[in-house]
Amino acid sequence: MSFTIIAETNGDALHPTTYQLIGAASSVGSNSIVLCPNGNGASEAANINGVEKVISVVGDCFDIFDGGAWSNALNSVCEGKILISASPNGREIAARIAAKRGIPVVQDIVSITEGIKVERPIYSGKAVETVTISGDAVITLRPNAFEAAEKGGDATISTVNQSADIKISIQEAINKASERLDVTEADIIISGGRGMGAIENFSQLEDIADIVGAAVGASRAVVDEWGMPHRMQVGQTGKTVTPSLYIAVGISGAIQHLAGMRSSKYIVAINKDPDAPIFGVADYGIVATWEEAIPALKSALSEL
Amino acid sequence: MNIAVLLKQVPDTTAKITISGGKVDENSVSKWSMSPYDEYALESGLQMKEATGGNLIAITCGPERSKKMLTDAAAVGADTLIHISDDGVKDSTHVQRLLAAAIKKYEAQIILCGKQAADTNGGSTGPGVAEILDAACVTLVSEVSHIGDTFVTMRPSATGTEKVSLSGISVFAFDKGNTELRRPNVRGIMMAKKKVIESISAGDLGISLGDSSIIIDSQNPPPEKPAGQKFEGAEHVPTVVSKLRNEANVI
Repeated sequence: MSFTIIAETNGDALHPTTYQLIGAASSVGSNSIVLCPNGNGASEAANINGVEKVISVVGDCFDIFDGGAWSNALNSVCEGKILISASPNGREIAARIAAKRGIPVVQDIVSITEGIKVERPIYSGKAVETVTISGDAVITLRPNAFEAAEKGGDATISTVNQSADIKISIQEAINKASERLDVTEADIIISGGRGMGAIENFSQLEDIADIVGAAVGASRAVVDEWGMPHRMQVGQTGKTVTPSLYIAVGISGAIQHLAGMRSSKYIVAINKDPDAPIFGVADYGIVATWEEAIPALKSALSEL
Repeated sequence: MNIAVLLKQVPDTTAKITISGGKVDENSVSKWSMSPYDEYALESGLQMKEATGGNLIAITCGPERSKKMLTDAAAVGADTLIHISDDGVKDSTHVQRLLAAAIKKYEAQIILCGKQAADTNGGSTGPGVAEILDAACVTLVSEVSHIGDTFVTMRPSATGTEKVSLSGISVFAFDKGNTELRRPNVRGIMMAKKKVIESISAGDLGISLGDSSIIIDSQNPPPEKPAGQKFEGAEHVPTVVSKLRNEANVI
């Protein structure tokens, strides 16, 4: 049995989650047929273990992102069970292909076992749902929740010319002023909450982020009350994140915040209140004010 | 212009989720609310209606209890309230087919919804409905304006944001934005109570749902984490940093 994989790309290269999609297919004994939109990453995909063949789907429609056009073009070479990254674009393509084929879509799974059984967090992680998939379906995988496939192998690459009508046109592109990592992309996140006292104090967290290459996140309270950008918000009405390390500073740990970060691999909590709920999910808790803990953290990390 | 806004009633984000017999116990949910992102879609629909004098159609597909949310939508200005029964619904593609059929029936030109619901967190509804309607869809928007029959909005891109335009039947899936959400006033609440909710079924829409190849086996609490290590005082920061390096191997 083979799974169809729609590659997540980053410019000309594969995004790391593509390796995880292939790894997930291999873990249930399936080979992967990898579709590369516009051929991006095709030669890289051909050299990953578990890949049976690579299909470059080439067309003008891939110049900009229009979920309708992309799924029209990609659908022509999809079959069986289809795996896609649960990124915003991936989810959109998944929903479209499922609706087009009249098959179910299961978004944002965190595990897959033979049978096929998958698990997905619901209510932003307050519960987990187990689903049995008996026929064709489109499945999106949460980034960083699956083992990546290793390099190796030498699959054939074929090219299919398949474009589709674009219904969206781009009027203007505005580039980000900040070069800082996005919380959904980062392997380490340091987040601040109301306990940081004031928005100005976030520069302290940025200093730490610079030392370890982390993204800076925020709780809902500081986004709503201090006007931090919403893209930084971690939690049920913000981003759901799964970094290797999540450092929560001055965040009490409201249920909505925990929902967005509890599946991080390791959690460090710094809070002056020893009874703060955030300590309930922390692997390492430090009862201290940020004013004491942050300088100590900065110097300890600098010495590594 | 007919503006459709797709709404879902979900447990309030402050509500505790309890499991009973391998299923989420809906009876123990203390408060049901409109899904947070849907509120932004509704607000945008209200602004569009005020600017154009259009008709705002609030549509939900769900159990009986979700009618209450339609009344809440009417209290802030929704004109037409449509409740589609979720009898026979087995997966999200089924929901999209019902919603799309209702949108066609009520001849909406623009469709607004949340980027995902706060219960299933899927994000399939907007793009799936767009697919069935053969419509364009832009996700993660926070404002939509229009000039004639062309809609203009901003969406995130790989390098920042981009301004996009589209015309014809269009679907927009909303993220949380900076827009202030309006609250109902007493008059709105009184008027809403008298508003008729049109209840329709899959059969009324001419849809036969059939089976699904997915089955929900069980719902469970998230896996418990083993108790962590807790240290009193900032002097332990270097200890934690060395544990992060040597025990956890994450830095």
